[in-house]
Amino acid sequence: MSDVHAQTVPFVRKSMLPEAEPPARQRGVPLWLRENLFSGWFNTILTILGAAAAIWLVASILPWMLRGVWNADSLRECRDIVIERYGEGVTGACWAMIRERWPQYIFGMYPQDIFWRPTLAFVLLLVAIAPVLYLSLPRKLLIFSALYPALAYWLLWGGTIWLPVMVLVGFALGWGALRLVLPRFGAIVATAVAVLVPVLWWGLLAGDAAQDLQGLVPLALRPVGSAAFGGFLLSFVLGVTGVSLSLPLGLLLSLGRRSDLPLIHYLCVGFIEFIRGVPLITLLFTASLLLNYFLPPNSDFDIILRVIIMVTLFAAAYIAEVIRGALAALPRGQYEAADALGLDYWKAQRLIILPQALKISIPGIVSTFIGLFKDTTLVVFIGLRDPLKGVTDMIRQTTAWKGIYWEPYIFVGALFFVICFSMSRYAMYLERKLERGH
Amino acid sequence: MKYSALFGALTVTGLAATGASAQSTLETVQDRGELVCGVNTGLTGFAEQGADNEWTGFDVALCKAVAAAVLGDASAVSYVPTTSTDRFDLLTSGRIDMLSRNTTWTYSRDVDLAMDFAGVNYYDGQGFMVRSDMGVGSATELDGATICIQSGTTTELNLADYFATNGMSFTAQSGETNAELEQAFLAGSCDAYTTDASGLAATRASFPNPDDYIILPEIISKEPLGPATRENDSDWTDIVAWTLNALIAAEELGVTSDNVEEMASADNENPEVRRLLGVEGDLGQMMGLDNDWAVNVISATGNYGEIFEEFLGESTPIGLARGLNAQWTDGGLLYAPPFR
Amino acid sequence: MAASPSQIGPVFRPSMLLYDSRYRSITIQIVVLLLVMAGIGWLLHNLFTNLAQLGRTLDFDFLGRRAGYEITPSLIQYSADNTHWRALVVGLLNTLLVALVGCILATIVGVLVGVLRLSNNWLVGRLMTVYVEVFRNIPVLLWILMLFAVLKEATPAPNAYRLTPAMVEAGQSADASMFLGSFAVTNRYTTMPTPLLSRGPGGIDLGFVNFSGGFLILALILIASILAVRYLGRRATRIQAETGKRPTTWWQSLLILFVPVILALWAMGFYIQVPEITSFNFSGGIQLSNGFVALTLALALYTGAFIAEIVRAGILAVSRGQSEAAFALGLRPGWTMRLVILPQALRVIVPPLISQYLNLTKNSSLALAASYLDLRGTLGGITLNQTGRGLECMLLLMAIYLIISLLISSGMNVFNSRVRLKER
Repeated sequence: MSDVHAQTVPFVRKSMLPEAEPPARQRGVPLWLRENLFSGWFNTILTILGAAAAIWLVASILPWMLRGVWNADSLRECRDIVIERYGEGVTGACWAMIRERWPQYIFGMYPQDIFWRPTLAFVLLLVAIAPVLYLSLPRKLLIFSALYPALAYWLLWGGTIWLPVMVLVGFALGWGALRLVLPRFGAIVATAVAVLVPVLWWGLLAGDAAQDLQGLVPLALRPVGSAAFGGFLLSFVLGVTGVSLSLPLGLLLSLGRRSDLPLIHYLCVGFIEFIRGVPLITLLFTASLLLNYFLPPNSDFDIILRVIIMVTLFAAAYIAEVIRGALAALPRGQYEAADALGLDYWKAQRLIILPQALKISIPGIVSTFIGLFKDTTLVVFIGLRDPLKGVTDMIRQTTAWKGIYWEPYIFVGALFFVICFSMSRYAMYLERKLERGH
Repeated sequence: MKYSALFGALTVTGLAATGASAQSTLETVQDRGELVCGVNTGLTGFAEQGADNEWTGFDVALCKAVAAAVLGDASAVSYVPTTSTDRFDLLTSGRIDMLSRNTTWTYSRDVDLAMDFAGVNYYDGQGFMVRSDMGVGSATELDGATICIQSGTTTELNLADYFATNGMSFTAQSGETNAELEQAFLAGSCDAYTTDASGLAATRASFPNPDDYIILPEIISKEPLGPATRENDSDWTDIVAWTLNALIAAEELGVTSDNVEEMASADNENPEVRRLLGVEGDLGQMMGLDNDWAVNVISATGNYGEIFEEFLGESTPIGLARGLNAQWTDGGLLYAPPFR
Repeated sequence: MAASPSQIGPVFRPSMLLYDSRYRSITIQIVVLLLVMAGIGWLLHNLFTNLAQLGRTLDFDFLGRRAGYEITPSLIQYSADNTHWRALVVGLLNTLLVALVGCILATIVGVLVGVLRLSNNWLVGRLMTVYVEVFRNIPVLLWILMLFAVLKEATPAPNAYRLTPAMVEAGQSADASMFLGSFAVTNRYTTMPTPLLSRGPGGIDLGFVNFSGGFLILALILIASILAVRYLGRRATRIQAETGKRPTTWWQSLLILFVPVILALWAMGFYIQVPEITSFNFSGGIQLSNGFVALTLALALYTGAFIAEIVRAGILAVSRGQSEAAFALGLRPGWTMRLVILPQALRVIVPPLISQYLNLTKNSSLALAASYLDLRGTLGGITLNQTGRGLECMLLLMAIYLIISLLISSGMNVFNSRVRLKER
């Protein structure tokens, strides 16, 4: 064998040379820099400009923030401390205001001794939405999600537990009526009864029943008025109730928009386009100024409830568009398959279409929530204490902190960023996951 | 189905809140056991909400006084922060019982809008503040200036009128809240800052270097700020008006929160004090209140002078002098009608 | 769905209204119509009962009363003596201006950032990601406030441009100097020179806006020149088609375009008025208020962050094979983008872009945060406060915004249907 080789092959490499390092310019940091930052004159300019902008931004803000004062009782004291430490003419942040007032940014004017109630409601909220967002969790948890609104209402507003319980009983009655009537009289009568029974129950009996039960089994928390709601608590209450209440409404609207019945179609289109066509501010003003004109004389209810109604209508239009997009994204074969199986409209929607459409619309719903959450800052224009301007202006108008400007904005902006950024990251993760599954 | 849930919840709440249809405001307040008072969302010295969520301030004190008069408890007040946009609608739609929110008493507001003014608790006027190194000593030298002004108040009209009368021009820089305008003024983005003189003093006190700024001598408008009630509700308006008068009269008569208990005895020499404090006659009952209503008011909030000193006076950072808001005996405009 | 009743016989029973799918849809629609009308009737009934109780009526007479407040900037002639109606129009025009400029800027920013995020420059890609995430996740109100405040803090006051005789004597120069001697950035506005005519014909005063006659003539001349140039071009094309040779036209075009205009300008005494500092402010020249700049910039940057994401997604949605095929055909990257990628990406981009434009327009109602008086600031702000007509002002405000939005979305829908893939 070696003979053959010795004649036919003049040289056979017996051992591999050790792999040489690439030239200095082709490896490590220089290579990375060249490929990623300085490839070509255009990229170089961009890099230099970008770096300059970043450095300038940090250099102009950071020293001011680091000179901040954490312990003071008023803005004047803050200023004096900065001057004492760093000399005349130097300015520094006054974080002492945040330190003193952070509870109001988080909980608004909620009584300080019962902060555990909104905190608990928030933690339970995470538990309640977990089965909706993480599809791998057991489906039984959805029962808790369904009960959560009543529980959250009770925790936040306090009062007797029997009122939310009676509201839940209304839903149960409606469900029972639907079950009872459906097999005998068909879907339309059943729906009508299922709507009528709870409404009658809530309107006529629920209040008294709650009172009587409270007399029998007194189970109540200290009531907290809506005036106490503010800060991020208010933003969450408005955002979460707005989006969750708007889900069923938005679903109906999106189905209505795709409906073959022209009247239903145009009503839904009209509603959606109206809501999407006017700024949220005007809807909020409607809640605070106009709603009273359109309701029976002397009827009056809570400003937060009014805002929730308008925010729900607002979110419903956007949710409807999200779900419509998801419905449109379903392959037409799904509809045709449902028809081929002989399912009627509602059965097809319930069993085939909606489960798929809702699943792929979750990222869009989360985005809508983020948008709504940011937009809750607009309630300041109707005198509510949103975290951005409402609480800030309230504090800025006190004698001690009058004149403070940048600190609250930086604080609130950072909080908003953390909350919204993590939610949007979650939506993106979900989008990727659902994409793979499809 | 869930849509109806919303509707049902509305019905429940709607029903719970209704039922006060044909009642007078006084009865409503007494039944509720609480006064719903519209105040400013925040105005230094007039309405402030502190770290403990408690409301304090000059306008807030009037709410407390009325609550003390009607319910005997100055803390039985539910405060509704109102903006300059929604304050009148909140009042006329009945969601607040009274408006105590530095509101200027003007003809059109009184006559055209469905509300009444129950008096004046602070005589203000619109003024200007400028940087002292600008060398401006009078508002008449402000021709061509850029002026920071809070939007949605009478100040805008006053400013336009004042400059037009003096044949001058200006550029307005409007803002929704004071905080933004103060920042603009500090940054030199406007040459002058205009608002009510009380607000100017409070703002100036909050600046890093108050001495660099001067308030010009001109007061270009009359701003009688007062509490407002709904129109055609004169019983209730009487209560608010005479609560305010009681505060003013108490100062004139020397009744303070410290001495009100001993003054309210039958052997007090001054018959007007005896009538005011309900020892003699039944002035309170004429209004549908207890006869010792004024005692409740003054012991809860102090008299007008005490309230002024606590929230606006020279001992506070705002440091306002009494000026027009002194008793008529001291050359001011405060003049309570006699209690008889 | 099984046996249709019509086969059995044309007998109509009332129960068929519910159970026959032919009639059921009509029944449902009639019921819904009745319910909706009852609802609207109920609301209107409440409205009139409430108004009667307050002793008020729904009337818009207040729009004809004197407004009494100043608005700056204003695109048409306006003074405090004009009516609330005129103030409304001024506000409306200001809103439209912000919306228009904002949408254009946002599109530019969005496309630029969307493309740059896909750039292979590591730093730029990261910076763009940071920009997108930071702007998307913080309320736009904060951005408006911040940008406005920064603009106020970072720029000099008009006073800094002043050069007094005393300062000249002492050999000092002003704290700030004007760019090219005619542009000045101040903490109130940016001022720039205006073109003016010293002996043009008089203006045409329409009451609300004063058209300068001279500029009207200039515009006419310009239009005529452009038409002539286009005619020249078409003629050249025709000659090219007939003879195969294209005559040289560029110098003729240039002559036609510029000579008449320059002559007219010279005849009417054209000059440029440079802004000068007077008592407190600059006078002469055009002023671009900082509120407008901050508001437009904030809206554009905020919406631009969303558009960037839309553009990025749109570009990524075009399959890689498309660009590879284009490269294989020998197209350069720029051409590939223009001819292959962008037209396909547009289909994905345009529908969400419409809602972003709508959002920007609606968000412009936060203008007051930047001291800019838009429709919300005039009609929904000062007018509402001065007249106390909350109901009327709000209804009007909503109606106007609704019309603007519908116009935008219908306009964009036309565009959308033109770029959409024709499904066959």
